[in-house]
Amino acid sequence: MSAAMDTIREAAAASVPKPQARHGEVLLAVENVSLRFGGVKAINDVSFDIRKGEVRAIIGPNGAGKTSMLNCINGFYHPQEGRIAYRGVTRARMRPHQAAAAGIARTFQNVALFKGMSTLDNIMTGRTLKMKRGFFWQALRFGPAMTEEIAHRKVVEDIIDFLQIQHIRKLPVGKLPYGLQKRVELGRALAMEPELLLLDEPMAGMNLEEKEDMCRFILDVNQQFGTTIALIEHDMGVVMDLSDRVVVLEYGRKIADGTPDEVKRDQKVIDAYLGVAH
Amino acid sequence: MSDVAVRPSTPLLANAWIKAGLIIAGIAAAALVGARLDPTGTVHKVLVDPFVQMADMPDLFVQTIWEGLVSGVLYALIALGFVLIFKASGVFNFAQGIMVVFAALTLVGLYEKGVPAFLAVILTLGVMFVLAFTIERVVLRPLVNQPDIILFMATFGITYFLIGFGESLFGGNPKQMITEQLWLPRGALEFEVLGGRLMLQKIDIAAAVIASLMIAALALFFQYTRIGRALRAVADSHKAALSVGISLNQIWVIVWFAAGNVALITGIMWGARSDVSFALEIVALKALPVLILGGFTSIPGAIVGGLIIGIGEKLGEFYWGPLIGGGIESWLAYFIALGFLLFRPQGLFGDKIIERI
Repeated sequence: MSAAMDTIREAAAASVPKPQARHGEVLLAVENVSLRFGGVKAINDVSFDIRKGEVRAIIGPNGAGKTSMLNCINGFYHPQEGRIAYRGVTRARMRPHQAAAAGIARTFQNVALFKGMSTLDNIMTGRTLKMKRGFFWQALRFGPAMTEEIAHRKVVEDIIDFLQIQHIRKLPVGKLPYGLQKRVELGRALAMEPELLLLDEPMAGMNLEEKEDMCRFILDVNQQFGTTIALIEHDMGVVMDLSDRVVVLEYGRKIADGTPDEVKRDQKVIDAYLGVAH
Repeated sequence: MSDVAVRPSTPLLANAWIKAGLIIAGIAAAALVGARLDPTGTVHKVLVDPFVQMADMPDLFVQTIWEGLVSGVLYALIALGFVLIFKASGVFNFAQGIMVVFAALTLVGLYEKGVPAFLAVILTLGVMFVLAFTIERVVLRPLVNQPDIILFMATFGITYFLIGFGESLFGGNPKQMITEQLWLPRGALEFEVLGGRLMLQKIDIAAAVIASLMIAALALFFQYTRIGRALRAVADSHKAALSVGISLNQIWVIVWFAAGNVALITGIMWGARSDVSFALEIVALKALPVLILGGFTSIPGAIVGGLIIGIGEKLGEFYWGPLIGGGIESWLAYFIALGFLLFRPQGLFGDKIIERI
């Protein structure tokens, strides 16, 4: 990409001992997962793992089943076959709010924000599971509930500072430009203090400058907070720069899995992206 | 010549308010001309005479407005129950009307069985909670992700179940609301206003005050608490709400319970003005035109819509009703709603639906 990107890469290389991160223990294991919609097989017998502290990219041509995979991981879809183990625990039918409670946060391909609410409120919703005061105190908005609200507000303000979106704190997010909406959505996911962060095309539809900002935020999150990240992205430059390991899907099947360099040289991957004469 | 001269002006007619103003001015002008030409004809009777009456007897006019205001507040309360549930779950809850009756019947029924009045209120709230919980578990949860029409039909089922269940528990006879036991005032206040008498029922004043307090409390709750934020989040986007760990099931129980509370207050207030019977359900249908006017997703819309419908139908009944032999009140609201559907289908405050093609 650009000079800015290079410095980021250098900074990343300097500050974090990457190989160590790569050999972290398995955080999430996907084993022989298949997902069907009626007769259509969206995912077909896919297995891979995500290790603690790494940035894992999922790539593939359109319709390869990447988003379906994320939806399985955070409980929107329930695969018919195979199992998904998170922190070594398999749950038969993980529901989205259970996934969230277990520390899995995500963003969406076509930004899913609460459009009528302000940036601040949107990010505050990310604290939902951290706030424990019951209905009664909530209703009175008094005593413990008040103290709690203030404490969480502090965390949210820190996230807003981190993402440099102070100037839009009070604006309804529906009116913000797309790039900023994506940033607010990332902020909401961060407010959950997740262990595993799923990003579905975090840079889709952004211009170069916005992409560089977003890359920096993702790397910072990974390095400063040690958050494990799984991301779907189409921009190959970004994928190669950011990720420790890449899994490649095509027509619902896994065709390659490895470091960016290995994947880049894989003949099947090249065929999938460039087409092959039959 | 200069740059300023070429700046295109925005067409005046593009502004809806200017357009509406022009139409009203046009009608007024036509009325005056028509009335001049034919002082005893229909035009005069419809467009001029009622206003002359209003000006001649301002005390009666104010009285009529007050009556309209009070029934408007109660319509707004019923509509509020609909909006709560529609916003959070996208379900048009046909059963809201019967929930009003059911709550009021439970309250009176418990009192008749010897429970002290205020304890009966608390127990009724408990019953509404159990109802909300059961509806979520038995009806909504199995039907999640079904088309809207199926959920709508399911609320019809709930309606008829509640009618039958309520009748078998409490009998089908109209009951007297326990107003005194709940310390609600009786009697009327009289004022000398504008050279006439203005009579305000104390219960009506209480209804307006209590309804306003409740709406304010709900608004604060929605705006400033975690659960309120979660409710607004669910209303905006189900999948995003799920992804931050908001449990839809829990939220649904809460909104149905909130709607149940609103139903109970409405039931008490309405029951105090007439009596508690299943006929109230028909009145509850008035919430439909209110919602069409105010927009299905807007709480301020429900309030303003309720007041417009309430006042509109009382004025219509009193000043224009005699022209066609009365009975306007029962259908005027729907007629106004029909007009709104033609010109502003999203209502006054509703979300405009713009779909990408």
